[in-house]
Amino acid sequence: MPTVTNSISTSVAAPDLQAISRRVRFKLVEMSHRAGTPHLGSALSCVDILVAAYWTILRIDPQRPDDPLRDRFILSKGHAATALYATLAGKGFFPEDWLDAFAKHHSPLAEQPSPTCAPGVELATGSLGHGLPVGTGMALAAKIQQRDYRVFVVMSDGECNEGSVWEAALFAPVHRLDNLAVVIDYNKWQATGRSNEIMALASLVKKWEAFGWNALEVDGHDLGALTQAMSGLKRGDGKPLAIIAHTVKGKGISFMEDDNNWHYRVPKAEEVEAAKKELGLA
Amino acid sequence: MRNAFAKQITALAQEDSRIVLLVGDIGNRLFDDFKANCPNRFYNCGVAEANMIGVAAGLAMSGLRPVCYTITPFITYRCMEQIRVDVCYHHVPVLLVGTGSGLSYASLGATHHSCEEMGMLRLLPGLTILAPADEMEVRSAVKAAVRHSGPVYMRIGKKGEPVVHKAEPPFTIGKAIPMREGKDSCLLSTGTMLPIALAAADLLGQQGCSAAVFSVPTVKPLDEELLSDVFARFKLVATLEEHSILGGLGGGVAEWRADAVAPRARLLRFGTRDEFLHETCEQEEARDYFGLTPAAIAARVRDGLTS
Repeated sequence: MPTVTNSISTSVAAPDLQAISRRVRFKLVEMSHRAGTPHLGSALSCVDILVAAYWTILRIDPQRPDDPLRDRFILSKGHAATALYATLAGKGFFPEDWLDAFAKHHSPLAEQPSPTCAPGVELATGSLGHGLPVGTGMALAAKIQQRDYRVFVVMSDGECNEGSVWEAALFAPVHRLDNLAVVIDYNKWQATGRSNEIMALASLVKKWEAFGWNALEVDGHDLGALTQAMSGLKRGDGKPLAIIAHTVKGKGISFMEDDNNWHYRVPKAEEVEAAKKELGLA
Repeated sequence: MRNAFAKQITALAQEDSRIVLLVGDIGNRLFDDFKANCPNRFYNCGVAEANMIGVAAGLAMSGLRPVCYTITPFITYRCMEQIRVDVCYHHVPVLLVGTGSGLSYASLGATHHSCEEMGMLRLLPGLTILAPADEMEVRSAVKAAVRHSGPVYMRIGKKGEPVVHKAEPPFTIGKAIPMREGKDSCLLSTGTMLPIALAAADLLGQQGCSAAVFSVPTVKPLDEELLSDVFARFKLVATLEEHSILGGLGGGVAEWRADAVAPRARLLRFGTRDEFLHETCEQEEARDYFGLTPAAIAARVRDGLTS
């Protein structure tokens, strides 16, 4: 079992979100190193979005992960699964020692989540462009069943290349799905290059607005700003919400930040130690 | 057949508040009754099939029973990965209905033909594939499909197909429906080929070769009990479908036969050839082009019994 100081979760009464983010980040570095898995830069990029959502926004009970009235959170960028797993463990959905076996044979936690692989995982992701249509269906189900849960979908900027994303973007406002939010982890990189050079993404905020969504931009590493942005659902205007979160790939570890080699690179032992020091956990 | 589907799903939705109908911008006026009776459970998802399938999966994961309906190529080829990942990988109860299947829309060109989709979909784990023969089978199949706990794909024709059954036949997913006894050969027909199969059996009978006929509305899972029986009992078994001979009922039966221990009967597969249909023609002419007429079928079966 992890020691108390290495544990992700802190006091329930007054969670120190920044400390949680640092601990989650280090978990991701450890998991990538131990399992030899890529996508560390992508996972570090969205950590603050997940921490803000899980520790301040989502109405969820780790003891009742199947509660029909729970808020739904979908990490559509499934390649960043370590961020989801570490967050769910930190919230107590499953023991933190499950993270130690990440991606190993027979572990419930595969490199990308499979259906119902672990409590709290809402959707098998890994193929991009699926989370928003499915999340839209979940949000529509809430309307049909007159339930007041909300649905949050985190996508990558590269994921916005997929046509299915824009099909869902056209559908949701017509049905007044103001219980649906998409958060775009806009780190300006996709697998092999700058996202704005590969496809004409800019301006994301204007695109989502033009599609009939409320759209806003935030610093995707400002936990307070993220919390405030995600609280902006259900304004009474019937519109779904798009949050364009400006992020840095590899955020939190200086030698990984904005270096796209860390889409695929796996940290060596000395890099894990250096990351630990930078995160103030050594 | 599409009118029978619309009526049946409307009746079922009035009994079961979990049923939600999603359509891909087709069926003008077809679902007026559904909309009138269940106004908050009808969604025109536009010409955006990938999203429609994802939305259906999300509805099913939330406890509802979504039914998606549009023209066959667009609900299958177009969104194959959504069917695979969102629906089949999660094994959620979504019913996908493809209308105008096979060569129903022959005159619209190969963009609207679907002679390969069962072959693609048969590969997806846990997906049940139904191809009812007429409006009676459509009604029974829809009832069985919405009761089923996993995903179902159902291909139907368009409208005006001959009605073969006098009433709704007893229907169990995975079970064939016996239509006619026979001694020499056995015709296994799926989908709207059933009247052709019966007419072919008439011709064979007149020529002294009696043919049994089964309607096979479930293409996956195959009725293996039936296959074991007919491949032991007959000299020749033929599959008939408005689909490629690759991958559909004939493909499935051929795979089954390859693993079967000493099957007696030889197998003939009737379906479309491995080509796109480039001719401008109606459904009847397209069937003729592919040898899917009673006379052509009877002739090949008779040759098969003697060669």
